[in-house]
Amino acid sequence: MIAEDPIQQAVTWLNDPLNWTNPGGVLDRLGEHLWISAAAVALGCLVAWPLGLWLGHVGRGGGAVVMISNVTLAIPTIALLTILPLTFLGFGQRPVIVALAVFAVPPLLANAYTGVREVDPEARDAARGMGLSGLQVLRRVELPLAVPYLAAGFRTAAVQVVATAALASFVNGGGLGQIISAGFGLGMATGGGQILAGGLLVALLALLVEVVLAGVERAVTPRPLRRSRGRAARRAASATGRA
Amino acid sequence: MSFQSYREDPGNPWFSWQYVRDNSDTIAEALREHATLTAEAVVIAALVAVPLAVVAYWIRPLTGPILALSGILYTIPSLALLAFIAPYVGTTRATSVLIALVLYALLLIVRNTLAGLNQVPVEVRDAAQGMGYGRFGRLLRIDLPLALPGIMTGLRLATVSTVALVTVGALIGKGGLGDLILGGFRNNFYRAEIVTGTALCVALALVLDLVLAAAGRLLTPWARRRAS
Repeated sequence: MIAEDPIQQAVTWLNDPLNWTNPGGVLDRLGEHLWISAAAVALGCLVAWPLGLWLGHVGRGGGAVVMISNVTLAIPTIALLTILPLTFLGFGQRPVIVALAVFAVPPLLANAYTGVREVDPEARDAARGMGLSGLQVLRRVELPLAVPYLAAGFRTAAVQVVATAALASFVNGGGLGQIISAGFGLGMATGGGQILAGGLLVALLALLVEVVLAGVERAVTPRPLRRSRGRAARRAASATGRA
Repeated sequence: MSFQSYREDPGNPWFSWQYVRDNSDTIAEALREHATLTAEAVVIAALVAVPLAVVAYWIRPLTGPILALSGILYTIPSLALLAFIAPYVGTTRATSVLIALVLYALLLIVRNTLAGLNQVPVEVRDAAQGMGYGRFGRLLRIDLPLALPGIMTGLRLATVSTVALVTVGALIGKGGLGDLILGGFRNNFYRAEIVTGTALCVALALVLDLVLAAAGRLLTPWARRRAS
């Protein structure tokens, strides 16, 4: 038997409105995907930004920041996705969100730290000389100047989380990956189109998030800093993994 | 959910030597598959990425497009990449996983190799030119050796992230240690199997990273001498 061309199957699958609106269809899965990703990134920011800004402010822990990103690079995503549900977190979306947040922390942390460290020491000294306390310096001088870095880290983390969230389907965690997994479950002859269609949706979502957040990063970066700084920050984050 | 009862189950420990002993063959086979896939992926990626980086280094206008293209490939989620490849290559073949892994490792090696090449001091390049080195001679004897630290950094990053990424192949049953991790999850949440797979995976990444770090030190003795 000659199987139909997978691309044609995918087009057929995407053109069936029921595949979009059914319970467990594309729209449901997209909603799940976005919610899980947003929650994970928010959780990651909550942990990583205060810590990174503070470490940058006191100028310590640079080695630890690098080590954390190296260690998380070596941990397979599906290991955390399968282990966390067996702990006190229980099953459902909670362990998935925590697992994804773990992988969002390194880029957020590294960029927050670098952002504060890269502040011109003269600006810091001037603020000190004006009588600002340590916390005031952090809040009024270092934090605003670190915003482009924070945005770069946010972008890296968010794209990575959106990409990784597709793997939540391995543990039935929901999201667009579920469409791909279900397709593989059906086998090539019937599921080929669905696999391709799911892959296309996941890839488009990741690229869309990347483009939108790149725009945000550009918008919050003051014009003179756009070329050099944006690239430097991206490089600081480049060592972080991707799944 | 009703799965809560597994939490305090004494029959489901986090680690068990009994499990490791009884399944040593399966574990060794998974480890072998994992290491093979990683090695193949990194070697192929290096064979493609280093020449690509050299092209980007020689022909400046191509630097942007090459980096952008590998960046886009890197942004596409691994599962989606697998979904694009598997229908054509085969849903039960390790080759599907291998291709996805190679595409991922590309960016890390290209970017770091290019950074290494760009760090070659201009004076050194001029001196080589003055000594009569041609394009390829200079590349092989001057540029690439001096870019070795960058290349090694790229290889190490690519290796560590590839080891972690291989596990995604578990979706089609070709994930090396990932098969253990996912298999344990599906096998009534068998913790010992999951943890064994995870621990070996992290250990493999660590060992390969140390081996590459040592190789890098041996290959660039001058870097050590300068530092000391």
